Amino acid sequence: MSEHSSSSLVTYVGIWAALIVGTILTYFAAQIDLGPFNAAVALTIATTKALLVALFFMHLKGASERLLKLVVISTLFFLLILLALSMADYSTRAWS
Amino acid sequence: MPDSSLIHGEVQNPALLHHFAEPQQQRDAASLGMWIFLGTEVMFFGGLFCAYLIYRLKYFGDFAAASQTLNAALGAANTVVLICSSLTVVLAVWAAQHARRTMLLGSLVLTIILGFAFLGIKADEYQEKFELHHVPGASFQFQKSIPGHPDQMANPQHAQIYFALYFIMTGLHAVHMIVGIGIFIWLLYSAWRGRFTPDYYTPMEIGGLYWHFVDIIWIYLFPLLYLIDLHK
Amino acid sequence: MAIENPQPERVNYLNKEYGIGSWLLTTDHKRIALLYLISITFFFFIGGFFALLIRLELLTPTGDLVQADTYNKLFTMHGQVMVFFFLIPSIPAVLGNFLVPMMIGAKDLAFPRINLLSWYIYVIGGVMMLHCMATGGVDTGWTFYTPFSTAFSNTKVIEAGLAIFVAGFSSILTGLNFIVTIHRMRAPGMTWTRLPLFIWAHYATSIIQILGTPVIAITLVLVVAERALHLGIFDPKLGGDPLLFQHLFWFYSHPAVYIMILPSMGVVTEIIACFSRKRIFGYSFVALSSIAIAVFGFLVWAHHMFVAGISVYAALVFSLLSYAVAVPSAVKVFNWTATLYKGSIHYDAPMLYAFGFLGLFTIGGLTGLFLAALGVNMHVHDTYFVIAHFHYIMVGGAVMGYLGGMHFWWPKISGKLYPEGWARLAALIVFIGFNLTFFPQFILGYVGMPRRYYQYPPEFQVLNVLSTAGATILGVGYLLPMIYFLWSMRYGQPAPDNPWNAAGLEWKTASPPPTFNFDEEPVVTWEAYNYDELDAPHKEEVPVAG
Repeated sequence: MSEHSSSSLVTYVGIWAALIVGTILTYFAAQIDLGPFNAAVALTIATTKALLVALFFMHLKGASERLLKLVVISTLFFLLILLALSMADYSTRAWS
Repeated sequence: MPDSSLIHGEVQNPALLHHFAEPQQQRDAASLGMWIFLGTEVMFFGGLFCAYLIYRLKYFGDFAAASQTLNAALGAANTVVLICSSLTVVLAVWAAQHARRTMLLGSLVLTIILGFAFLGIKADEYQEKFELHHVPGASFQFQKSIPGHPDQMANPQHAQIYFALYFIMTGLHAVHMIVGIGIFIWLLYSAWRGRFTPDYYTPMEIGGLYWHFVDIIWIYLFPLLYLIDLHK
Repeated sequence: MAIENPQPERVNYLNKEYGIGSWLLTTDHKRIALLYLISITFFFFIGGFFALLIRLELLTPTGDLVQADTYNKLFTMHGQVMVFFFLIPSIPAVLGNFLVPMMIGAKDLAFPRINLLSWYIYVIGGVMMLHCMATGGVDTGWTFYTPFSTAFSNTKVIEAGLAIFVAGFSSILTGLNFIVTIHRMRAPGMTWTRLPLFIWAHYATSIIQILGTPVIAITLVLVVAERALHLGIFDPKLGGDPLLFQHLFWFYSHPAVYIMILPSMGVVTEIIACFSRKRIFGYSFVALSSIAIAVFGFLVWAHHMFVAGISVYAALVFSLLSYAVAVPSAVKVFNWTATLYKGSIHYDAPMLYAFGFLGLFTIGGLTGLFLAALGVNMHVHDTYFVIAHFHYIMVGGAVMGYLGGMHFWWPKISGKLYPEGWARLAALIVFIGFNLTFFPQFILGYVGMPRRYYQYPPEFQVLNVLSTAGATILGVGYLLPMIYFLWSMRYGQPAPDNPWNAAGLEWKTASPPPTFNFDEEPVVTWEAYNYDELDAPHKEEVPVAG
């Protein structure tokens, strides 16, 4: 028997439902004028959905070791570095 | 110790490779390997997200104009298709874990069908873009006003950058989908041949990880590409 | 230590199976390491050939050997071949592949078939590159800067870009394999703090390979797409920003230089410990400094872009971070030096290379700090100062480490001893040739000679001639080991299991090792670099290599 955690079927369907709701929310939130927050709302919902997929569908939550979580966090950290330090240049110079 | 699996009176799993001491080590290695590979994929797409971020901030109006020529409803539909396919994937892995052959084969078939559905909708979208001359290149044309500013025309060059990134990002995603469908066809064949048991279903698990990753990429692509200033 | 007579018919990884198929379809990490050895040596010759032509052209101030366009192709292809097809794979794919499983007590890497696949991917990329070079080459500089590469160059940019794209996946797969192997395949008792520092260095290198290489891969995809479809992502005339290319390119290519130097540092650590007969001073600092280099290395890329047009605020940030990244490297240099202090030093060939590394890497690293200073950078950017800086690290550092490692582990790899006298002579020739080639270039850059120019003012000729003379000597120094290594395979003295009485699991098995590395799975109960234990019964004897 695998030592990998396995959620119950009910959990899987529940997460699926949450993802569908999230998609619908994203779509309809985009139709409303939230000013500068439209993008933030959309990305927050997207990140929540991504987390649900990673934690439950990809079994990251029940992973026996912290190593896999470290792999994910490290990757995201370096992606953030790429985006943030590039923006450090772009946000402080004018180019057309 | 190489013979640990024999202690419990089982036959040594034929899937155990010679350089591993026991099945759990092999499973853990496969899992870590796939997660690291997905890390490289995140960085691979990450370069595109970086380019997109910079140009979107710089040419926001033009990007909004270009984005609104996409069909957001179709994009949402495709998102739903992929989310359903991720469900069928976890169901397939669960079925392999619990030796439910019909459920396993059915889930794999559904996954493949949903994958093709996604590609079909994508192809339809690309077709429309081609007809509207929104494909970057020699015959690119773009005339539309910036959403919320009907008197201001969008800059076609900046719009072309949007479409270049749109096609490269969704195209790269589609390539990954095709590879994923290929993997799942192979998994379906292996499952049909009875290769997976509750003790050994590692290919299912790591194939599933790959599929979920492709889903996650789309979860980000949808709002970023389709939903810019939709309310205007 | 008495040299044992190896049994004449002992089965090892070399003689277990014969035939080209047994090599081309092998999954044995040691055979794959040799496949890589042959391939990267081949590309070293190609890259060296381009270097030779460059230095020949630069003997005279006028452009009289080749045309300007040709010269552009020469330095471009020299850089591309040396970086992507020689340096990046060199130590990891040859020494790393061979030693990582053995050093941790494993039978093979975690994914042997992916290991073989990585070699085939490398070969495919290499063939693509050869074809590109043979059918016209590329002239953009190894840095592929846009919009020249995407909109103006008339050379085979797409093909070169795709070749490097393919080769990049070889690097990614190697790094992936090493990380999983080091995490999952260590023998019982081989805890993280008992690992040889060579392993820590390769672990850190693999992190960079995993995270950085995909970014240059996608960047090359964008360049190819832009060039083929006339997009405007990097073209200022179409609203794009050429600096975006540079940001994405250098996000990989700066950490890439740490891919090239970290493994070499790992080799030097092993050599210095062995030939000082001492545990490395500050083990945990050296281990953590490798990780720190990997992490910090990702934070400094825009120091290649100080004069390209980035904002002054970004330049300040990257300059500061570039000073920070020097610290872990300095930590290593201090620890190596402290290891030598009161050690029992032996001047065998590997140690000569390690000493060379110590001095030349330090010079290269310090000149990096000069370059990181914004004011200095304005003057010496794109001059021979930069070229001298990175060659001191890449050649004086990385290649010396590679050669030192090849000598150190040659008995283990081949089962034969190389001729020590010739090896010491070659090391000396390399050191002299190297300094004569590249030290004048510091001066040339400082007085203003730009890089990538095939003509120069006549007053620079003396220094250029010295540099070319040095390059010739350096070439001889490189040829010698190739000759005597090959010679030793046939005529060399058979090597004992542990000719250096060195610490490390790889020395506890036969030379050459059996296919599955160990007759019995090792169980580790001792700390790394236990030279006090190794030397204890033999305090009066000096380890002899022969």
